[in-house]
Amino acid sequence: MAERVLMRNFDLENSYTLAGYRATGGYTAWDTARGMPPDAITDTVKKSNLRGLGGAGFPTGTKWSFIPKNHTGPVYLVINADEGEPGTFKDRYLLERDPHSLIEGMLIAARAIRSALGFVYIRGEYVQPWRRFSAAVKEAYDAGLLGSGFDIVVHRGAGAYICGEETGLLSSLEGKKGWPKIKPPFPAIKGAFGAPTIVNNVETICCVPPIISRGAEWFAGLGTKTQGGTRMYSVSGRVKKPAVYEESVAITLRQLIEKAGGVSGTGRLKAVVPGGGSAAILTANEIDVPMDVDGLKVAGSMIGSAGVIVMDESVSIPEALMVLARFYAHESCGQCTPCRESTGWIYKMVHRIVEGHGKKDDLDTILDVAKRGGGTTICAFYDGAIGPYISYIEKFRSEFEALCRI
Amino acid sequence: MIGGATGASNRPPADRTGLAGPAPTGAPTFSPEQLAEVRRLQGLYPDKRGALLPVLHMAQETFGWISLPTEEYVAGLFDLSPAHVHEVVTFYTLYFQQPKGRHVVAVCHNLSCYLAGAKDLLAHVKSRLGVEVGETTPDGRITLQSVECLCACEAAPMAQVDERYELNLTPEKMDRILERLR
Repeated sequence: MAERVLMRNFDLENSYTLAGYRATGGYTAWDTARGMPPDAITDTVKKSNLRGLGGAGFPTGTKWSFIPKNHTGPVYLVINADEGEPGTFKDRYLLERDPHSLIEGMLIAARAIRSALGFVYIRGEYVQPWRRFSAAVKEAYDAGLLGSGFDIVVHRGAGAYICGEETGLLSSLEGKKGWPKIKPPFPAIKGAFGAPTIVNNVETICCVPPIISRGAEWFAGLGTKTQGGTRMYSVSGRVKKPAVYEESVAITLRQLIEKAGGVSGTGRLKAVVPGGGSAAILTANEIDVPMDVDGLKVAGSMIGSAGVIVMDESVSIPEALMVLARFYAHESCGQCTPCRESTGWIYKMVHRIVEGHGKKDDLDTILDVAKRGGGTTICAFYDGAIGPYISYIEKFRSEFEALCRI
Repeated sequence: MIGGATGASNRPPADRTGLAGPAPTGAPTFSPEQLAEVRRLQGLYPDKRGALLPVLHMAQETFGWISLPTEEYVAGLFDLSPAHVHEVVTFYTLYFQQPKGRHVVAVCHNLSCYLAGAKDLLAHVKSRLGVEVGETTPDGRITLQSVECLCACEAAPMAQVDERYELNLTPEKMDRILERLR
């Protein structure tokens, strides 16, 4: 097991209280950071090679440096706790078991980007994590950590996967339906309520206190050349020990499946989703891939939110695609025509294939529609849907064809 | 959008807070204390409209569900058009546009739960309750939903029962949970 950085406090009985967090050195990184010039904090995070752990994998320090230097108005820090990517459950653990590490990370990040107000957008279904995190925020106010230069507003979502997309989240935070916005302008220029805004994932910000405490070089050394640190891999599906595993980003998918007890069911691996529902599927022969941002890119998939879903030989790939296609059809926000129309129709087509009413032409129709649609929409939602459509059919075509009788 | 996320029975609104649940045609109003809370929430955001989702959560807790008159009432608190509030209410799955049961059982049907038997679990719950997805039992006890990933895939199959996540479900475990709901 890799050194625990993010999950270091998880086994402590009172890890979620201020007293429990302080007992393990909590808020000492903030003591250090408050004595640092803001740009020095950003430089440290840049050198750590921390990359966004919510999905896109963008270098965090670089993102922070996009806030205009001459800006005099408010700047906002927004934490994306709208966890919803199928197969991902890491942020839920962080909110419930180590909420103060997020608060401390926010204090440090806010100093770096010169923000006096932060929002934490928690998905509406996460009632217990919301309560736990809100209690931690209250403790931090009572202790004077918040309210003296930096405030946090905890905001509950109301059920919409698209609000995990950063500009959809900002629309929702502004009291609108969660429609993504055209970029540019990027949030760092014009974000929440029209002001420069940095949107970071929960886990990303929880990496910041250890980086300040132990140094950028130490953090960078935990990972690969282009990505520092460890991350929390959510492993589920047909494995013997489904759970969240913190490992170096240099671990391979094969090693990770072994950590999770190996394949359950028939015990023979068929396929793996390596980075949440929107990642292209990998076959049993493609699992010697390093689980960092660039490693998965080379393998033609993506690490995304690091939600790993394992499928053994007995799993029907067409049925798995049908389940995901239903998800995309339900969660498309409806703003862009290619996404709104294709997700609905592709779900209907995959559904009829699974029901035994598919035509052989259907497969090529789906592939054609999917391949034409990439890059035609405002946000990355539809690009995320295309990954499964194409990879499931291309890599397991015979399974689909066996169901198409007409 | 495919699949029903909201309840669809004709029972009266659930009374979840001890406050009177108004009839759909009645005029919903917050208490003075609640109005103070609305103003506090509005003050947290650079633009008070940021508090719309939290206030709609409050409205649903108070009135049981979000009726058209409730949308109009909330719109008035924000100087927004009722059309804007309607657009928001209809966009999100957690706001009920019809009366819902005293309890909501939301079975996850996304991939990890599917691999762990969510389809059979959902069929079991449907037959046990005698309702389809999106419906409420005739006694107003339970509204059944099937929902997308609730992000507890390590404990699949799972469901959300009101505010709680119920994990590692079997038909037998689910029966015991359903029996406790009154």
